[in-house]
Amino acid sequence: MPESSYLICTESPDVTQAAAVALAGLHEEMLPRPFRVRSKRMETIDTVTLEFEAADGGPPLSFQPGQFTMLYVFGVGEVPLSISGDPEAPGVLAHTVRAVGAVTNAICALVPGDSIGIRGPYGTGWPHAQGKDLLIIAGGIGLAPVRPLILNALAHRDEYFCVGLAYGSRSPGELLYTSELEAWNARGDINVQVTVDHGNPTWRGDIGVVTPLVRRLRCETDDTIAVICGPEVMMRVVARALEDRGIASNNIYVSLERNMECGIGLCGHCQFGKDFVCTDGPVFPYADVAYRLGIGAQ
Amino acid sequence: MGWLFGDRNTAEPHRYAQTNGDIVSARVIQGDLFESLIPMLISSGYRVVAPTLDEGAIVYDVIDDAADLPIGWTDEQGPASYRSYDRGDDVYFGYSVGPRSLRAFLSPPHLTLLTITRGDTDLAFASDEHEGRAYAFVGVRACDLAALAIQDKVLVESRFVDAAYTSARSRSLVIAVNCSVAGATCFCASMGTGPRCSSGYDLVVTELVRGDAHEFVVESGTDAGADILGALGSREASPSDITDAADVSLATERAISTSMPDVDTYTLLTDNLEHSIWEDIAQRCLSCTNCTLVCPTCFCSTISDFTDLAGKATRTKSWDSCFSLDFSNLHGHPVRTSSSSRYRQWITHKLAYWYDQFGSSGCVGCGRCITWCPVGIDITEEIQRLDSEAQEVPV
Repeated sequence: MPESSYLICTESPDVTQAAAVALAGLHEEMLPRPFRVRSKRMETIDTVTLEFEAADGGPPLSFQPGQFTMLYVFGVGEVPLSISGDPEAPGVLAHTVRAVGAVTNAICALVPGDSIGIRGPYGTGWPHAQGKDLLIIAGGIGLAPVRPLILNALAHRDEYFCVGLAYGSRSPGELLYTSELEAWNARGDINVQVTVDHGNPTWRGDIGVVTPLVRRLRCETDDTIAVICGPEVMMRVVARALEDRGIASNNIYVSLERNMECGIGLCGHCQFGKDFVCTDGPVFPYADVAYRLGIGAQ
Repeated sequence: MGWLFGDRNTAEPHRYAQTNGDIVSARVIQGDLFESLIPMLISSGYRVVAPTLDEGAIVYDVIDDAADLPIGWTDEQGPASYRSYDRGDDVYFGYSVGPRSLRAFLSPPHLTLLTITRGDTDLAFASDEHEGRAYAFVGVRACDLAALAIQDKVLVESRFVDAAYTSARSRSLVIAVNCSVAGATCFCASMGTGPRCSSGYDLVVTELVRGDAHEFVVESGTDAGADILGALGSREASPSDITDAADVSLATERAISTSMPDVDTYTLLTDNLEHSIWEDIAQRCLSCTNCTLVCPTCFCSTISDFTDLAGKATRTKSWDSCFSLDFSNLHGHPVRTSSSSRYRQWITHKLAYWYDQFGSSGCVGCGRCITWCPVGIDITEEIQRLDSEAQEVPV
């Protein structure tokens, strides 16, 4: 045997140990699973809620409220979307999607029985607020990522003190989950406040931005968790209103959006200052991102 | 394990290079070292990647034998300037780093991740396998060793792992070289990464040309390196060999003319995110992405699907750059529309946020971004300028 054959399969010890761990999860994190559309409900003129079920016989896709997945439509592409369903019934995976681009238009055009690829869940979830007051402020499509949190809080209502929801949309026709909003309000144990920018002849609710509604959400404890989901400018204004009410900025949480592509912090597209939104977020304590949100083009 | 590592009788127990940079145990091999080493590596199954001439530049590429090394060649580098020429001697490593870094092999510019098949009812997703022949990287400089360590941190030791990189990296062999010339854009000394190799190699060589004598002082850093060294004909290094080898690194370090200013770049950059310097740099920056493509630590990538008409798609990962306009797309529109915001994104990542994310600077001082910037923007100069301007007008 020639001496040189000794060299076959030699390894640099520096990374061998880490590699042994790593190879066990070869691309699993980025490998989509086939899902099938189970049901479809029109929410507004351009927004639908789709329920998916795994088509590979695998386990349900368990998730934390606030996490997102990557949805893939064959031949069209892939987008990040927050999960909008019940975390305690993950066998049905719900996404509420607004048709704004090529992929979301294709997703909105799916019908029950259609096949799709889903990978995830990715990212951080909303904080645990058990034993505390929970205030939720959402704008527009931003109600979708907090819906799992609301469903979970209402399923375990006795574990919280005050629970309040302030929701603003552009018009009555663009409100999501209207029958659910009615049902939540009818329970009496969650303070539901809804406003629209522009009313219509039959609208009897509030008109205007969501910020003033924040003052109507009651808190019983000094330990209040507030979560905000909506356009960045709305989240900044609402966060300041919450701070004015005495809620500490590290008890306020926001969900940010950037160009999430890989979902696992390795492609760089969603970098926002020191964070990769896909793994360090999308949910951040407002105290961590307040300064950055004030600097443009980041 | 005898068939793998053999029952060779090395002359003495091997002692490793110490991290303080002193040469503890070294061997000396004649100037034809690479004429025997490279065929040995190839016959052992390695793909040998080493510096070679390609389109007028000295770049890392797969080579077939030692004749492919740019023997006698050198380069002259400056901001936006690169020239290689034959200086007519028989020195193997008389040049600095070229535009290509080792990530071209460990994280290839295009890599197939998945195959997607549309069946009658459902989609099927299958991972691509990335096992290939192991790489032996030959002629790796200290800055590129530092870059490998950084890429390991990013792609192997993060929360999620780049499986293809990890597989290729864990099987690769690294034969490093202590630089004997300093390029005009090199600033490794000020980044603490070179010019002397201190860790991360299996073997490291220092080229010694003393009169007519052409030799290499060789040290091993791992068992794998020691095995190779043991298989090559060598003699023990004398004290003068060791001193001369150390002097090569010292002379190279003294010849380095560029340096990163000794300032806290994290604080400097994060305190000046809205400084007017970004606008000023944007007047020169072409957003061409060259700096990110030559950088040995940049890791950004984009995912693309290629779909055929027969119901099959392949998902590939390709290098991307934070200087590309659509890199920051959100709802169909880029967040960073201006060159100033994109340059700021790049430099704050390299010299500030990298510390938060990976515990070190993202810059190794190789100088490639300076040489290959078509308008010669110098990262060290811009830090110097920001530092002096920030002191004049606190923002």
